[in-house]
Amino acid sequence: MSTLEIRDLHVSVETEAGPKEILRGVDLTVRSGETHAIMGPNGSGKSTLAYSLAGHPKYTVTSGEVLLDGDDVLAMTVDERARAGLFLAMQYPVEVPGVSVSNFLRTAKTAVDGEAPKLRTWVKDVKQAMDQLAIADDFAERDLNTGFSGGEKKRHEILQLELLNPKFAVLDETDSGLDIDALRVVSDGVNRFSAGGDKGVLLITHYTRILRYIKPDFVHVFVAGRVAEAGGSELAEKLEEKGYVDYVGTPA
Amino acid sequence: MTTANIPASTEKHASAGTAQQAQHGLTEHSHGAGAPDHGGSAFDTVASFDVADHEVPRGREEEWRFTPMARLRGLHDDAPLDGHDYEVSVDADPQVVVETVEAGDPRRGSSGYVPNDRVSARAWAEADKVLAITVPADAIVDKPTIVRLRGLSAEKAAAGHVVITAERFSQSVVVLEHEGSAAFADNVEVITHDGARLTLVTLQDWADDAVHLSHHHVSVGRDSVVKHVVVSFGGDLVRTSVTLDYSAPGGDAELLGLYFADSGQHLEKRLFVDHNQPNCRSNVLYKGALQGSKAHTVWIGNVLIRPAAEGISTYELNRNLVLTDGARADSVPNLEIETGEIEGAGHASATGRFDDEQLFYLMARGIPADEARRLVVRGFFTELINKIGVPEIAERLTATVERELALGEGLPAATTTH
Ligand SMILES: Nc1ncnc2c1ncn2[C@@H]1O[C@H](COP(=O)(O)OP(=O)(O)O)[C@@H](O)[C@H]1O
Ligand SMILES: [Mg+2]
Repeated sequence: MSTLEIRDLHVSVETEAGPKEILRGVDLTVRSGETHAIMGPNGSGKSTLAYSLAGHPKYTVTSGEVLLDGDDVLAMTVDERARAGLFLAMQYPVEVPGVSVSNFLRTAKTAVDGEAPKLRTWVKDVKQAMDQLAIADDFAERDLNTGFSGGEKKRHEILQLELLNPKFAVLDETDSGLDIDALRVVSDGVNRFSAGGDKGVLLITHYTRILRYIKPDFVHVFVAGRVAEAGGSELAEKLEEKGYVDYVGTPA
Repeated sequence: MTTANIPASTEKHASAGTAQQAQHGLTEHSHGAGAPDHGGSAFDTVASFDVADHEVPRGREEEWRFTPMARLRGLHDDAPLDGHDYEVSVDADPQVVVETVEAGDPRRGSSGYVPNDRVSARAWAEADKVLAITVPADAIVDKPTIVRLRGLSAEKAAAGHVVITAERFSQSVVVLEHEGSAAFADNVEVITHDGARLTLVTLQDWADDAVHLSHHHVSVGRDSVVKHVVVSFGGDLVRTSVTLDYSAPGGDAELLGLYFADSGQHLEKRLFVDHNQPNCRSNVLYKGALQGSKAHTVWIGNVLIRPAAEGISTYELNRNLVLTDGARADSVPNLEIETGEIEGAGHASATGRFDDEQLFYLMARGIPADEARRLVVRGFFTELINKIGVPEIAERLTATVERELALGEGLPAATTTH
């Protein structure tokens, strides 16, 4: 049983005109076994929240705290956060030429586990996870994210989620740009990850579509850098009908 | 370019080329029919065996403007080149003939090369012996022929000369390794005959005090396939000038380079590909990494496509990865085209600092910063190392790159490049 607590988080980015505050007091607690959907219009700060949790250097936390089972996440380096059990599936995964997927996966697994995985079971696990996500075998020898289609990048993020098996997963618009088949495949992967009931999921999305496949326990409407309204899955149904118009004044 | 999105002290073709065209005009060249005119308009050099024909460079000259002259130990001036403080060992397949012959041996000069600067002319004049490596016709040699030169002291400067002849339809790999301390000027001639396939690797893994000025000339035979590889790790100042032309149509040249400069090192790579024959191909790929204060690399890639060179294709690419502040990479590609009847010609140059987004992505998967940097830099060189196509060399280069990176650990990462 783990808990990820975000308390009154304020985050700025550096702009030419000086620092610009993007997150303006985010409060959110995710426990193992819970799936939280964060829904909000473009530009509301969803990715900023995701990146701030992962420790991206572009974002400066000006106040607030993030605790993982009481430990100060904000004091950790990016890699320490990952090893502590936080995983971010990125909206725009980064291309790393010359580093093969298989080498990358093995290196990451070794890092988060603190020891190299047993070769035989590892090869089997990777193969199985790839099959389930409908990823072709030759994918393992390709350069990390390099020349991947949008759908391949997203499936590869979920492949890592399943193999690295963190405590908490933050999924930043993993559904964006996917066709319906890919969306199902990716949702199945997330559901496999959380099936054991001991994982926390923070599902960031712009659309309600993915919520047909991944059932959230809680829905948070995110507007202008903070949670504007929180509720159960019925909130998603309201958003499905009306969009964000009640929150931002215009249909988004 | 993902790892190299911030231009840094990069002179692109646009500026360098325009300046030269303004000076020379595209119609003004007169190129001799024979080999002696290696200059072309890209760099109007004097070609002569007579040392007196080459003035002592002062550092203002176009060809020397990047080179720290004070560190040349007089190789460019009149420092005696009669030192012999080095050992040479050879490990060759029995099919390959390796001989030490007198300076008057007719193989010397058989590439058509004429020294194009004072250092080269001096090395030519003062080398008293020639190392001649001959791969006989039709010999298929899997095992690389390795010549290892180990310098024992940088006190007395030395001159060297190597002639590598790949006879018709032979296939082979030759590696020239350099290590230890030396002040060394040499000429290396490479001649391939009809249909020969040759990979030549020159590897500079010198000690910190070494100065090496090296001139390679490659003459590519009819339908011959040549891979010419320059690898520079060690040395205080290493400057390699490679000129290449074709003795007949149908030649295929791949020119590869890998360099890694640490604090204070000056590594300079100069290339001149002379497309003087029809239906040939050249492909240049040089990649460099730099770390530490005053690490300096220079890459000058000149390609000239003469009127006779119809149906050729050429591409050159230089990429530099600046790992820390205080390092500087200069990169000047220059392509001059004198015939419209070509298949393709292009060039690109990119110098950038380490990509934070890549580092973040890897670290977000739990990989520590040092290891993530290693992955990215190894990845940067992987394509190049694979292209060399010699497994023994690939392993060694990967290991050396890791060793270099370990040296740089703890240095603050590059923030901006100037
Ligand atoms: N470097 C930056 N300079 C200025 N504004 C930025 C910068 N980075 C992000 N922003 C702004 O922060 C806001 C939130 O962005 P983001 O977190 O990506 O939103 P979302 O993921 O919800 O679409 C946007 O208005 C965006 O324009
Ligand atoms: Mg976003």
